[in-house]
Amino acid sequence: MKKEITYREAVRIAIDTAMEKDERVFLAGEDVGRYGGSYAVSMGLLEKYGSERIVDTPLCESGFTGMGIGAAMNGMRPIVEIMTCNFSLLALDQIVNNAAHLLHMSGGQFNVPLVIRMATGAGKQLAAQHSHSFEGWYAHIPGIKVLTPATVQDAHDMVGLALDDPDPVLIFENALLYNRKGPFDSAAKPLPIGKAKVMREGNNLSIFAYGINLFKALDAAEELAKEGIEAEVVDLRSLRPLDDETIVASVAKTHRVLIVDEGWRSGSISAEIMARINEKAFYELDAPMARVCTEEVPIPYPRHLEEAAIPSAEKVAAAVRTLMKEA
Amino acid sequence: MIYKMPSLGADMESGILAEWKVKEGDRLKKGDVIADIETSKGIIEAEIYEDGTVEKIVGKEGTEYPVGTPLAVVRTEKDDDETIRKELAEVEAAAGGEAPKEEGAAETVFPSSEKEEQTASAPKSAAEEIFGAIAETKDEAVQEVGRIRATPLARKRARELGIDLKELAKRVRGKISARDVEEVARQLFKPGAAKPDAMRMAIAAAMSRSNAEIPHYYLSTPIDMTSALSWLRDLNAKRSIKDRILPAALMIRAVVEALKEVPELNGFWKEGPVPSEAIHPGIAIARREGGLITPAMIDAHKMNLDETMQALSDLITRTRGGKLTSSQMTEQTVTITNLGDLGVEKVFGVIYPPQVALIGFGRIMERPWAVGDAIAVRKVVEASIAGDHRATDGRTGALFLAKLDKILQNPEELL
Repeated sequence: MKKEITYREAVRIAIDTAMEKDERVFLAGEDVGRYGGSYAVSMGLLEKYGSERIVDTPLCESGFTGMGIGAAMNGMRPIVEIMTCNFSLLALDQIVNNAAHLLHMSGGQFNVPLVIRMATGAGKQLAAQHSHSFEGWYAHIPGIKVLTPATVQDAHDMVGLALDDPDPVLIFENALLYNRKGPFDSAAKPLPIGKAKVMREGNNLSIFAYGINLFKALDAAEELAKEGIEAEVVDLRSLRPLDDETIVASVAKTHRVLIVDEGWRSGSISAEIMARINEKAFYELDAPMARVCTEEVPIPYPRHLEEAAIPSAEKVAAAVRTLMKEA
Repeated sequence: MIYKMPSLGADMESGILAEWKVKEGDRLKKGDVIADIETSKGIIEAEIYEDGTVEKIVGKEGTEYPVGTPLAVVRTEKDDDETIRKELAEVEAAAGGEAPKEEGAAETVFPSSEKEEQTASAPKSAAEEIFGAIAETKDEAVQEVGRIRATPLARKRARELGIDLKELAKRVRGKISARDVEEVARQLFKPGAAKPDAMRMAIAAAMSRSNAEIPHYYLSTPIDMTSALSWLRDLNAKRSIKDRILPAALMIRAVVEALKEVPELNGFWKEGPVPSEAIHPGIAIARREGGLITPAMIDAHKMNLDETMQALSDLITRTRGGKLTSSQMTEQTVTITNLGDLGVEKVFGVIYPPQVALIGFGRIMERPWAVGDAIAVRKVVEASIAGDHRATDGRTGALFLAKLDKILQNPEELL
């Protein structure tokens, strides 16, 4: 069925559907039960499924993430929700040393079919400890998959895809997207994990983005089209694995590259993408690759400073204009 | 009045200012000789058409200037001080805008730029036309080239198009982009636009690349054309003059038929053999103004002999008139060259990359030839092939020449 719903509703529908279909699925995290989730994603699910399947946890990311790993290894299909990816660092040992590596360290005996959802990104004046974008860091780790749904459809579909995956999958939901409406087709066949998607065709340059920055890129592309610059905008969708094929194909078409990444530029996913393009498509480049990233500061609290720190459609458009003048 | 390089004939584009016959301050009467101008037709005494006084001389003796280049200011009766001031400023600006004449490699590749002094308002030389579009947005000055700053795509395109980046780098300040390379290529290959020096450069680049990259093998075989030519003579005898068929068309037609049977020789080498289903032979045609061009006879594999002849006439007309289409300029799948009219016996050509073969014909000669047990005088042509040894072996080339011979012994099948 096709309709317009919010990103928040899309995630809720996906969790609800999964829990209805498979009783091994449960949701655990701070405030997911009685409070309905800090972003109201799980509102109403406690009433429907009870406190054994919608589990309010104490403030202990390492503890409940570890619990999720144990449950997954024992046949359950846990969805662990971490309020923001900033807090996931408290569970870093569980995610990296256990979830990501148990399959390898058990000689292939134990899969960890764990799904961790977390909010990411800045823009809500929540200051440094609630506003960072660590998806690029996690994309460094072999053994886990990192998904960054931008569209309402992906927000829904990726929950199901992640639950079907035998290995740990991290889903980064940009907190500013929850209220965003978009088309949703409950019967659509999900695009698999690891595939990027061309959201707008263009011949002059490729803009690679993910999460909320996809929309900033699309807005910039609209503006640029009025100036005669046709940007191709690609939604990366998955940061690990990255879809090299789609990236290279787009570069081969446009010969110019801009990456929009809300992470800090040093050691970021944008740096990784640049490196791959260099390895696989060097002779397609007609200008140095460029990127719009977050300023290398902890995200500030004041609105104007926060806005100045993170990527915007204006910054993307300005970077494109500079890039088009190159070479 | 600004005295400009005069046009001394409709075909004159520029002239050498051989000698000033006047100096600043001289009074001139209408009809006086102001300077000697050397043109391709010799030295001509250039007259002045109004009375006046020589105010300022900027043109340098011994320098070639395009027609219309300001050379001097002459004060006539009509000119007031204000006009003269403006004219002096204009003339000096033009003289000041002259690119410093550089001795160097740029001129060995673009011989015309050696002769044509550039001025800001003057028409551009061939080299400047080609690089002008780039220079306008970058920098006019010819620069010293150290390491070439070109984008990866520009390097790739330059390799594909046979453009010498070093030459381009002298004209482009900053980075060379693929657009710069393509612009030059477009200008170089634009029918009619390229002057022989630019064309020479394009040929030089392509042929250097060919010899550096393509391991050639060469084969040749004499083919008895006696019966083919007498068949053609009989055929033409029955036709009106405009419908007659030249031996060249017959040979092209035979080559196309032979290529159908040995398709490996028709196509390209792009990191591997890429045969072409269509046969668009590039036919080497000399241009009146010099240089050689090999436009494609598009879809020759679908033509009968009459159509091949029409296509050949059309190609020659278009080549000489500078009116080739872009597909004729770019879609050659193999090259056929016939140097017979210059009297050579055999042609061993250089393959035009990324094609994999070049077929050559020498002059049709009367030769002693064994027919059965006797010696006869026959009309014989030496057919040759230069093959890309990466794509095919000599065996394939030999097979092709054998087919060609067989086909030419049965010319009626080529109708």
